[in-house]
Amino acid sequence: MALPVKVFKKLVPWILLIIALFILPTVLDDFRLNLFGRYFALSITALAIDLIWGYTGLLSLGQGIFFSLGGYAVAMYLMLNTKSLAGGNGIPKFFENYGVAQLPFFWKPFSSPFFTLFALWIIPALVAGVVGWLIFRNRIKGVYFSIITQASLMVFFHFFNGQQKLFDGTNGLKTSTSELFGQLVGSPDMQVWFYRLTVLLLPFTFVICRYFSNGRFGDALIAIRDDESRLRFAGFNPVPFKTIVFIVSGALCGLSGALYTVQSGIVSPQYMSISFSIEMVIWVAVGGRGTLVGPIIGAVLVNYTRSLVSEALPEAWLFVQGALFVFVVVLMPDGIYGWITKGGIYHLLAAFGVAKKIDTYPQLEGKSIPVD
Amino acid sequence: MSISKPLLELDSVSVCFDGFFALTDLSMKLFKGDLRSVIGPNGAGKTTFLDVITGKVRPTRGTVTFNGNSLLGISEEQISRKGIGRKFQTPRVFENLTVLRNLELSASPLKDPLSLLSSGLSKSVKDEVHGIMNYVGLGSFATVKASYLSHGQKQWLAIACLVAQSPQVLLLDEPVAGLTDEETLLTAELIKLLASDHTVVVIEHDMEFIRELGFDVTVLHQGQVLTEGPLERVKSDPRVIEVYLGASDH
Repeated sequence: MALPVKVFKKLVPWILLIIALFILPTVLDDFRLNLFGRYFALSITALAIDLIWGYTGLLSLGQGIFFSLGGYAVAMYLMLNTKSLAGGNGIPKFFENYGVAQLPFFWKPFSSPFFTLFALWIIPALVAGVVGWLIFRNRIKGVYFSIITQASLMVFFHFFNGQQKLFDGTNGLKTSTSELFGQLVGSPDMQVWFYRLTVLLLPFTFVICRYFSNGRFGDALIAIRDDESRLRFAGFNPVPFKTIVFIVSGALCGLSGALYTVQSGIVSPQYMSISFSIEMVIWVAVGGRGTLVGPIIGAVLVNYTRSLVSEALPEAWLFVQGALFVFVVVLMPDGIYGWITKGGIYHLLAAFGVAKKIDTYPQLEGKSIPVD
Repeated sequence: MSISKPLLELDSVSVCFDGFFALTDLSMKLFKGDLRSVIGPNGAGKTTFLDVITGKVRPTRGTVTFNGNSLLGISEEQISRKGIGRKFQTPRVFENLTVLRNLELSASPLKDPLSLLSSGLSKSVKDEVHGIMNYVGLGSFATVKASYLSHGQKQWLAIACLVAQSPQVLLLDEPVAGLTDEETLLTAELIKLLASDHTVVVIEHDMEFIRELGFDVTVLHQGQVLTEGPLERVKSDPRVIEVYLGASDH
């Protein structure tokens, strides 16, 4: 009995991957499939946040910075390589509105696809490295870390929002009308390809996050979360650990932002709004932090619910989101996935008298203590 | 002994918190292999004394040297890597790691992120960890999260982690706080066993435990060393009786 369950558990990720790759595209229409592509792209951000928050205890409220940097990188490439979007002097049309005759210098390398492929995650990683190192080496922790990341987010927001001559300001960069491989990026065919790419990159991200969260490095991250100063007395310097994990998280957010941008059709400073970065944290809290499956569940579930609620009652979503967050924080502190794995369904059944109540720790109950 | 240089030396150390002196001109020498108990009434500066050695608190005046090198101005992790290990007053273990992983983390000889990512622990370190774990009776709890351990087991895990770090000097802050009499005796045995090849400083309130250890005793009072010597002599010192034993409720 135990063996088939084990085998089944190992097969679950592969089954889900096959469903996402082959079954969803046939059963969903173009519009829904594109939405799911976006949810999976956002799941990558959720995983990245889980790595720093769930495992390391760093509650960053500024991941929107890295998300947007990835998005802007890919959007700049697409704008530069689309003839129909070019104005009289060969540079993107919006520049003409502000009387810019020459392409700003930092735009130039983005005409190269190779540069862009690296830039969309290396630039966020570099920014994360600098910001993270400065914060961590000064031993800024806890709520002060959250406030500084949020303040950094506001700095980036106002910079991108205000610089019309550099990034078209509040309008953002539209990618749906740009072209890639001679096809319109917003066309259904291209969108299916982006969907497939996202579905393949999500497990790749999962493996990266597992590499960092499992094993001895992951133990050190959990130790930082549990008692950082104690870890110092064990001879570990937490600063490089935190900086590395913040860089990885930033790079993954950049990738996520790039994938989201090509599927949503636009990148704008709204991706750096305070509320969006807080929403990212909510996905992780709802799904279950400190696990790698939880954030994916959270990101997909919250965003799918958001789509459904917004279609039915556009004004209600924020209330539903707030209620969901409060519900999870109060009743499921480990999130949906944590609630299930810690016997939540069993407890629910027990509460209604269907299952037998357990008197001891459920974590110990199911587990026999191994003896050397 | 008198010719050799001290392993750890505090020279007229003062620590001032907002005008209040936690330590006043404290001087102490520890030689290799020394075993020392530090006692004193509440507020005598016992924990601050350890904070100064381990780099948590920077002294206002005075010097701290280890093997002839100053410990001032360097970080806690660097001091720890030099070979000074500390167990805290409350047992601080990593609650969400298993007993084995707590020990393996402390025992890791390389402590930089890249070696933790790229390589596992060598067999000799793993064997050592298992040896320590079985010695403190936690062998059957290897895969149990530290948060499920009892208070006494956490104390032992904290001591075991400290031993796994293989420091030259062990600083133990109240290792038997909250333990039963039987556990206290076992802890005393454990510390005496460690004493054979380490320099050990124990801070404790429990006089029975101090007697059991049989180490030389240093009495701290108002941030200064009141007296030093074997327990029996110290106990009969009238100043000690006045400030410590006499001042207690018993």
